[in-house]
Amino acid sequence: MTPPDATTADAPHHDARFHATSYLKFLRLAFRLATEGSWLFYAWMFVLTCIALVGTHAWAVQVRDGMAVTAMTDHVSWGLYIANFTFIVGLAAGGVMMVIPAYIYHDRDMHDTVIIGELLAIASIVMCLLFVVVDLGRPDRFWHILPFVGKFNWPISMLTWDVIVLNGYLLLNLHICGYLLYKRFLGEKPDKRWYVPFVFLSIAWAISIHTVTAFLYCGLGGRPFWNTALLAPRFLTSAFVAGPAFIVVVLQIIRRMTKMKIGEGSIRTLVGIMRITILINLVMLISELFTEFYTGGSHATAAHYLYFGEHGLNALQPWIWTSTIAIVVAAVLLMRPKIHLHMKTLDVACVLVFVGIWIEKGMGLIIPGFIPSTLHEWVEYIPSAIEWKVSAGIWAAGLIVYTLLLKVAIPIFTGQTGALQGKNK
Amino acid sequence: MSDNKKESCGSGCGCHNGAPDESLFNRRNVLKAAGATLGVAAFAKAMAPITEWKETTSVDEFLQTHYRELSNDQLDEVIARLEEETKKDYGADVTITDHRPQMGVKFGYALNLSICIGCRRCAEACHHENNHDRATSNSYIRVLEMTKGSMDMEKGNVHYDHPVPHPDKFYMPVQCQQCDNPPCVDVCPVEATWKEEDGIVVVDYNWCIGCRYCEAACPYHARRFNWKKPVVPKNEINPNQSYLSNRIRPQGVMEKCTFCLHRTREGRMPACLEACPTGARVFGNLLDPHSEIRKVIDTKRVFVLKEELGTRPSFFYFFDE
Ligand code: SF4
Ligand code: SF4
Repeated sequence: MTPPDATTADAPHHDARFHATSYLKFLRLAFRLATEGSWLFYAWMFVLTCIALVGTHAWAVQVRDGMAVTAMTDHVSWGLYIANFTFIVGLAAGGVMMVIPAYIYHDRDMHDTVIIGELLAIASIVMCLLFVVVDLGRPDRFWHILPFVGKFNWPISMLTWDVIVLNGYLLLNLHICGYLLYKRFLGEKPDKRWYVPFVFLSIAWAISIHTVTAFLYCGLGGRPFWNTALLAPRFLTSAFVAGPAFIVVVLQIIRRMTKMKIGEGSIRTLVGIMRITILINLVMLISELFTEFYTGGSHATAAHYLYFGEHGLNALQPWIWTSTIAIVVAAVLLMRPKIHLHMKTLDVACVLVFVGIWIEKGMGLIIPGFIPSTLHEWVEYIPSAIEWKVSAGIWAAGLIVYTLLLKVAIPIFTGQTGALQGKNK
Repeated sequence: MSDNKKESCGSGCGCHNGAPDESLFNRRNVLKAAGATLGVAAFAKAMAPITEWKETTSVDEFLQTHYRELSNDQLDEVIARLEEETKKDYGADVTITDHRPQMGVKFGYALNLSICIGCRRCAEACHHENNHDRATSNSYIRVLEMTKGSMDMEKGNVHYDHPVPHPDKFYMPVQCQQCDNPPCVDVCPVEATWKEEDGIVVVDYNWCIGCRYCEAACPYHARRFNWKKPVVPKNEINPNQSYLSNRIRPQGVMEKCTFCLHRTREGRMPACLEACPTGARVFGNLLDPHSEIRKVIDTKRVFVLKEELGTRPSFFYFFDE
């Protein structure tokens, strides 16, 4: 494979007409890359599409019949949707753990694979936005939240901040990935001025999306379980474990299924990051549990319910213990020396981390924030079938987006499209 | 991601060694077209329930602007439309008025815990006055049964069902505290809820997007969401309605206690106060030094709930000596 970067030193100047035709060709190629593939690819897309359709139908029913079809109540007013949303914001932010080594520490291997993390960010934000939309009681009024057309309660509401940072992050990553791919398609060297500043901006931005999402919850004085300064840092560390875990698995799949060279360095670096972040995450968890259980009081009530049940109610207990055990076991597994050479162990650790953090951010954080209610009523929440269907549908949609993005990006990146124009063909 | 040795480059791009098969009707393209058609059809089928819902939401309603940006003419049109819709959906003739706050008035509420007997008549009156969904017997008021000797709500219970008053208990009704520093208003992303000059926190039911962030933010569990369309029998509907208070709420939006602004802005008392058999409730204008509420605040030892949160409620509790 010839790295397209290595062609000419100075990119030639093109006029708008050149771009008009070659961009069209680029889009045509992208369309072809996205729709052609092996039967395995078609089968995968077929299954995902079916799941997405089931989710779509469930959502349509929910819009027609009202949110009463969910298991949410006035007591637990946010459920599975916002839980997933919170976790996936972390997944989007986690992609940055590839960008930092690639661009700040000039890790060569990572530089070749960083696009995989950036595309994950795009797919994740799409999922985040979908999860917000399905959580609205009146999705037809979504335009009220648009700046200028609607009424944008900025800077007071944290939700408007979240809208800004999420969409900003989406645009940033769309620009970076789109620009790099188009340049590779043209067989030209990308102009650093057009993407490096955006890459650095996206690093800061990745941290902001998860911080702002944490502020959504910890800014609420009436919810003692969330009202802790440790919430945002915990969000970040858990994101920086779950994100790399997902990417490590994706890298291995790509290595097996495509001709893309995945340097061992990428996986080694990601594992190195996970080893540290998972420990920091555990330290923070222990500090929080200590303050809760040693002191007692209202902050401890929800935590007690979460871990041990209360008033004979214990719906969350199996979840949180599964999560805790998964994370602790994963931490131990990750400590295995030279783990990047033991792919089985690594895969198990990655799956455990992913599931563990997903529960921790959902059933372990959003739901217990509502139990007991602010007037200390004990109402439990167990997601309804509709909520599971809609959530699965959005995950499937996200995977469709991610698969298609990779499907287009990898051949262009590795220069095997057979359509590369110009000098390095 | 194929590795079809026969013809493709291995990237799964279908390029066939750089010489793409451009024939429009090759097997793959036909299959793709069939797949896409099936996909679109399946999507339309999956989305079908939405069309049934759309019938109930008109274009006018979709495009309606925020209450505070409606001109007088527009507001008249909107109100006429809402009255017509109530007639169509519920079969009832109702009058919807737009009650505005009066100058020099700031409403306050006080509740005497020594004489409240926990009969929940206030909650019931609220339920009828505000046209709440009958099946859920919704109400803006929750009455906590508390153990004597403790103000700890953790030891309170709203689901008591025995004759009242119980000798070892006292009762604490909780409703919207109309906070002066309302967290619910701060968090709303679309300004669908705000505090009016007379101290009442209201919701524009036609602007709320139903995100329920305000419900998570309220420390007093004062907000209610319309998880489905409220069901009220035609003959039980309270026809005296106001735009910002007791008109029947649409599905998927937030609502809350408004101190019965459709009554109190006309100089009447809230429905919960009128229903209270013991006279535990005191309502009035905090800015009027001769009002009964001021007398209570000046002479009794009053307190507010969760003072440490800085919400500054306009709802006060007190005990007789
Ligand atoms: S009691 Fe709750 S709903 Fe009422 S003003 Fe305060 S925060 Fe808002
Ligand atoms: S539910 Fe409605 S009133 Fe409450 S925060 Fe959301 S948009 Fe605002």
